Amino acid sequence: MLTYYLDLALRSLKRSPGLTALMVLAIGFGVAASMTTYSVFRAVSGDPIPWKSSKLFVPQIDMWGPNGRDSDGEPPDAMDYLDATTMMRAHRAKLQSAMYQISPSVVPTEAGKHPINVSGHAVYSEFFPMLDVPFLYGNGWSAADDVQRAAVVAISSKLNEKLFGGANSVGKSINIEGKDYRVVGVLNNWNPQPRFFDVVNSGGFSTGVEDVFMPFERAIDVGIPNDGNTNCNAVPAESGFIGLQHSPCVWISYMAELDDAAAVATYRQYLDGYARDQQQAGRFAWPANNRLRDLPEWLDNQHVVPSDTKVSLLVALGLLVVCLVNTAGLLLAKFLRRSSEIGVRRALGAQRTAIYAQFLTEAGIIGLAGGVLGLLLTGVGVASVSWVLPKDIAALARLDFSLLALTLLVAIVATLLAGLYPTFRASRVQPAWQLKSN
Amino acid sequence: MQRTPSIQIRPILAALRRHKAGTILIALQIALTLAIVCNALFIIEQRITRMSRPTGLIESDLLTVQSNWVGVDADTTTPLARADLLALRQLPGVQDATLTNSYPIRGGAWTTDVRIDPNAKSGMATVTQYFTDDHALPSMGLKLLAGRNFRSDEIGSASRDSYTPPPVAIISAALNGKLYPDGSALGKQIYLGMKPSTVIGIVERLQGGETDTDSDTYADYTVLLPIQLTNYANSYLIRARPGQLANITRTVPQLLYKLNRMRLIPEKRGLRTFDAVRTQAYRRDRGMAILMSAICVILLAITAAGIVGLTSFWVGQRRKQIGVRRALGATRADILSYFLTENLLISVGGVLLGAVLAIALNLWLGQLFELARLSLSYVLVGVVVLLLLGQGAVLAPALRASRVSPVEATRSV
Repeated sequence: MLTYYLDLALRSLKRSPGLTALMVLAIGFGVAASMTTYSVFRAVSGDPIPWKSSKLFVPQIDMWGPNGRDSDGEPPDAMDYLDATTMMRAHRAKLQSAMYQISPSVVPTEAGKHPINVSGHAVYSEFFPMLDVPFLYGNGWSAADDVQRAAVVAISSKLNEKLFGGANSVGKSINIEGKDYRVVGVLNNWNPQPRFFDVVNSGGFSTGVEDVFMPFERAIDVGIPNDGNTNCNAVPAESGFIGLQHSPCVWISYMAELDDAAAVATYRQYLDGYARDQQQAGRFAWPANNRLRDLPEWLDNQHVVPSDTKVSLLVALGLLVVCLVNTAGLLLAKFLRRSSEIGVRRALGAQRTAIYAQFLTEAGIIGLAGGVLGLLLTGVGVASVSWVLPKDIAALARLDFSLLALTLLVAIVATLLAGLYPTFRASRVQPAWQLKSN
Repeated sequence: MQRTPSIQIRPILAALRRHKAGTILIALQIALTLAIVCNALFIIEQRITRMSRPTGLIESDLLTVQSNWVGVDADTTTPLARADLLALRQLPGVQDATLTNSYPIRGGAWTTDVRIDPNAKSGMATVTQYFTDDHALPSMGLKLLAGRNFRSDEIGSASRDSYTPPPVAIISAALNGKLYPDGSALGKQIYLGMKPSTVIGIVERLQGGETDTDSDTYADYTVLLPIQLTNYANSYLIRARPGQLANITRTVPQLLYKLNRMRLIPEKRGLRTFDAVRTQAYRRDRGMAILMSAICVILLAITAAGIVGLTSFWVGQRRKQIGVRRALGATRADILSYFLTENLLISVGGVLLGAVLAIALNLWLGQLFELARLSLSYVLVGVVVLLLLGQGAVLAPALRASRVSPVEATRSV
């Protein structure tokens, strides 16, 4: 039966090639615009660590009080040195790390080579197991290294390539800001997008690579300055990096792993208790106003998905809806023009379901053709995203099997939906009336 | 006998009632198209306005070079930077050069709060601070409206962590207007910290370093301070003699590395002409404008094609009726105006609904993404565009209809 319907549909489509082309073009462009913008949206709204994101939490402490809150009553989105180090010492979560962004220079050992600027983070040892950071060689450093402020470093595979030609460099030393550091681990192409562990400073997405990680307190000791944002509610009383550490300025990010609801509740209590202690000690003149968000909530709170991306997706979906309304109108006209044919078929005994099958087949063929065109146009769209959008985001948009399958599926389902009402009307054609009028 | 074609609305309405669903669909399509196109055009216009904001600089013949000292004690960078500047200014093809911590639309800035009353609790505005020297005005090409430039003996140096506001400052006219709306700030004091700075000069315009939309409210509030920052990734702004920009883009890094190897000019954004700075600064806005334009073009094309397709169908369906009308004395103009009027009626219905949808969509987007309020002129422009588009699209099938011969009335279908 299906081959018969296919035959009927193809004949009908051939009879008005202009109209058929118009419907296919409309579906193709509508689907391609939606899928191209969706590919970008999918890329930026993805969960960077899906197996663990609900267990990772970002605490916020209200150390500035009512005058420092923004219009939503939110406390600062980073921490000052005092709170961050106190919370590290208290060690109330299963795993946790304070961190700040650094941008030191690495001096190559070979004479005549220019120093290179690298970016990275000063973190605690638990950073690596907490975020399941993959290692190519070696590992992160130990808790003892944290305490001893050891001169150790974990480097990216890219920096390892540059300095050691990609060989296992564990145990070798590199010169950072004039001091020697022992390599303990080489990361295995770790480039999570968004940079969820320090959204405040990365702004979410980054084209760069995190080249070096070194122990937090070591970096503080040798005075490797903060390369991220510093926000102050007052001018620091002392100058320099030491002054920053003594100031209420916020510049440190913090992340903690809490494995179940009980742990989260306990940690919340700890934060509130900490704020109450500070209130009693006279440091805070206001009641506790802490936040503890899991990673997905935190990414949402920090508006990691650019609003441009969402607006584009919505507008493109609007375009798809217009294309479907357009297709519905044209199918309706086309189907109803064949009322006499329908009348004859019905009079000769065809069931309503047969009419449904026939016309939905026709709509499905248009959807399929539109989907194929949509595939090509989506390919063009995703390829051209790179010269239209900022590089950090454009680089993430990819054409893969699931996107292609989705493109075809959306095209066919959407066209079938558009064809439903016209088909319904076609099935309601009264055979007697049609035969009589002829 | 000549007569003007009379437009009869009642028979058109009667005919449309027989194609109720088709009519509603095409009107709906016009309405949705209008709603989306209005908002897309509005977004495009907003982005173009942002992209065309002047920096206040003379942007041609301007080169930016970021140079970070590596393995050099921060306390010793000031004389090194001075030596760089002296050599740069003597390089053939260079007109002038200055050192600054940042420059307009660089994508990043050092901002702070400014007050005119030292006891005020909160600042009057957020300002972008440029830490630079007495060559900033000629190198950037800024226009001094009042007062004077820095003198070379006023240029100090300080670490970024320990600086205190200098005794003198040059501010932008926009900041002048914000702080002293009733008159000139010249000779008056502003507070960027605890210590006052006296305003010695006012420049016509100088944009801040940030380009994200959050910074739009304070984009033109800027202050120039006569301090060379140590311990900071400073940039040189170098003005080339006319036609020499390409040359010095090549010679400047060579010169700098020859002067001192202990430096780093970052691969990315380390060496940029100002044209490149502008392109990179507004990449996101340009991308959004291009995307929205593409969507507008596709939408209008599809809607126009849809109207052509549907009207062609209706014409084909009604050949017999048209023939009868022609046989009964209707002129070609009558038939033409019938279809034009029919389309106009549908379109008017569509754009009325569309205008409401456009505003609703704008309000919704505004709620979600802090989009500005759509100005009604966009809706009006959109209405006119869609009505014209409808009439244009219907013209070809309507002309075909008008050429239907009266003989058709006698043919059976």
